[in-house]
Amino acid sequence: MHPRRDLYPGYDVLTKRDSPSWNAKTRDVLAERLGIGPEKHRFLDDEEWTTLKAVCDRVVPQPADRADPIPVAALIDHKLATGEHDGYRHADLPDQGEAWRRGLAALDAEARAAYGAGFHELGAWARDELLKAAEAGTLAHPAWGDMPTAKFFSGRVLADAVKAYYAHPTAWSEIGFGGPASPRGYVRMDFDRRDPWEAAEAKPGDAGEAITQNRRVGR
Amino acid sequence: MRLSGTGNAADNPRDGTPGDDPMHAPRARNGRAPNVMRMGEWVPMRQHADEDEVDFVIVGTGAGGGTLAARLAEHGFSVVAMDAGPYWRPLEDFASDERHQSKLYWTDERIVDGDNPLQMGSNNSGKAVGGSTVHYAMVALRFRPEWFKSRTLLGYGADWPLDWREMWSYYDQVEDDLKISGPVTYPWGPKRPRYRYRAHEMNAAAKVLARGAEAMGIDWTPTPLATVSAPRGDSPPCVYRGFCVVGCSTNAKQSVLVTYLPRALAAGAEIRDLAMVGRIETKNGRATGVHYFREGRWRFQRAKNVVVAGYAIETPRLLLMSANPEFPDGLANSSGLVGKNLMVQGNQAVWGDFEEEIRSYKGPPSLAVTEHWNYEDRGKDFHGGYCYMSQGPLPTQWGSTQAGSHGLWGEALVSEMQRYNHVAGLKIVSEYLAQERNRVTLTDETDQYGLPIPRITYSWCDNDRAMNRHGLNFMGQALAAAGGRNIWEQGDDTNHLYGTARMGHDRRTSVVDGDCRSWDIPNLWVCDGSVFPTTGGVNPSLTIQAVALRTADRIKAMARGGHQRDA
Repeated sequence: MHPRRDLYPGYDVLTKRDSPSWNAKTRDVLAERLGIGPEKHRFLDDEEWTTLKAVCDRVVPQPADRADPIPVAALIDHKLATGEHDGYRHADLPDQGEAWRRGLAALDAEARAAYGAGFHELGAWARDELLKAAEAGTLAHPAWGDMPTAKFFSGRVLADAVKAYYAHPTAWSEIGFGGPASPRGYVRMDFDRRDPWEAAEAKPGDAGEAITQNRRVGR
Repeated sequence: MRLSGTGNAADNPRDGTPGDDPMHAPRARNGRAPNVMRMGEWVPMRQHADEDEVDFVIVGTGAGGGTLAARLAEHGFSVVAMDAGPYWRPLEDFASDERHQSKLYWTDERIVDGDNPLQMGSNNSGKAVGGSTVHYAMVALRFRPEWFKSRTLLGYGADWPLDWREMWSYYDQVEDDLKISGPVTYPWGPKRPRYRYRAHEMNAAAKVLARGAEAMGIDWTPTPLATVSAPRGDSPPCVYRGFCVVGCSTNAKQSVLVTYLPRALAAGAEIRDLAMVGRIETKNGRATGVHYFREGRWRFQRAKNVVVAGYAIETPRLLLMSANPEFPDGLANSSGLVGKNLMVQGNQAVWGDFEEEIRSYKGPPSLAVTEHWNYEDRGKDFHGGYCYMSQGPLPTQWGSTQAGSHGLWGEALVSEMQRYNHVAGLKIVSEYLAQERNRVTLTDETDQYGLPIPRITYSWCDNDRAMNRHGLNFMGQALAAAGGRNIWEQGDDTNHLYGTARMGHDRRTSVVDGDCRSWDIPNLWVCDGSVFPTTGGVNPSLTIQAVALRTADRIKAMARGGHQRDA
């Protein structure tokens, strides 16, 4: 595993907001998403919310020095509150809202049974142990009811947290994605080619050039 | 830099029409429909009263229904085409954003089960005027001729009641109607005309496929695509923005929304958006019209003929929901096969890292293809064929693949995701076999219309698994030969839907005949991927559209000859 790095130093996809890569509709849509604050929750109650944040911190961990972390939990709550569905659910799982409520309560109950503290009070190691057990389907607290924990983990926890994280411009900048591209699109399609409005990757020993290039992508 | 006043989609927020909310209020009404090619403009639309007995009511406006609507209207029939989804104006409504654009998908609840439950609600499920073609990847491939007689010639599946030479001529027409961009010469199969527009430039991900194919000693080609490589009317050439599978915001994509439906309107068809059909009415063994929900109430449209074109989940769902004392098992179901033989295609992939920057988010996602294993039968321990293509997953989809199929989360996920710009992959479209146990049924749960939610049951058979293994092995070798490292297999994905109202020669073993007319009800038709008795190893849209054009021509011929009862 490569350690996470600042691979595209100085690149911020949002600096392209007023460029020909963003049409009016895209600006509207992203403004709304960026307006969702990190503590905003309407669907989950305070206990569920606290657990959800602690889960998201482990599923899609963020750099400690990130000034504005991606509000992953708030984006999930927003999906549940607005009733945006995936278009299918496994026969063993209840509706997404019910699945999340029950799953978060069950994770918290598992934490209290195993460690005598709420899930959000646990350290990273213990949280991961519980999440791995959920993934493997080996948790059996009555709070789960008839919901299979492995399906909850893959079908709800992973699916929703990962989709929320990578729907955020901060994540696009992190992986060097070009971001919105209408109507300008792209010109340079070949190996090792980038348009001047794409992220420049820091080559070993020469981050300076990438920083210079990345400061220009919004021009 | 902001280019203001250029009048393009980047910078011309619509003069807000008060109350214009396409997901909640129909746009096609008051004698006009959106001109999808021009911001804020309209085209005139002929309208019918519910009491008018129109020649055809068509349920669904995608590759099947939309194409059929245009051709039937051009043949002089009166047509009302209904779609449960909104009437989008791509230039105004489409953002460059995966999450927002999920508004193009059919996300009403469906229950999935079986050994290999299908993922619904994205690439295989559209809910919009124009159907899934609004968000398809535009891959426009023809069937191998032998597949129309696969039982007789290849020893598996079922024979289609269609002749490949006739289909070949309809492929020509669809390719011309869509101005398919493709190569000068196509490496496989019988001679075909030149593609109308030049092939698109290949991106690095496509060149990876070419490298791998050449190393393996097989042919490859730039993919024939339904997005223009040169201007066409109001369609600009593709700008390679790469958001094709969440909707094209420039109208380069030749979806049904911007091709056949404007033709349908010009020829006098009516399109009703946000119109959900819940039941087909019958009397004395004939369909009399459809009950549909629009603008807050249930209504009834009378029709001389009903065409169901809702794709392989909604089509059998509607036929089953329409059960009545006359047809207690659902309409067109004397064979018992409505909803059975649901087929998908394999959509497994191999992914690897490359030293070079790939940046596969640029351009249409599948710019290169090889059909080698569709046309080569030697060396297979299974029935059927497959093609594979280069890929260009956007970040949310890529993250979901890394989590859902690669099993990564936590630090392992976020660090692997940083390889995004160095990843290339090869993805299969493979031919799975029909099995009656794979099926669509109705549950006791109801949706927002009060209609029963469908249950979709799906499991692989041994042949499907052998196909998966062969494809993954071969693609893995090709990707490694192209320079890929850290190669891993995505073994779980499927795509496309077929088979739940299959066509055939015999009313005991099929739902519709070769003209897509149901065996049981002479004025009830099915026109979408549901009618496919086999899937072949290519994407379905071109064949669905070719069958739709043929069906319209057959209806016209039968009407002229007096064989088409009452049309």
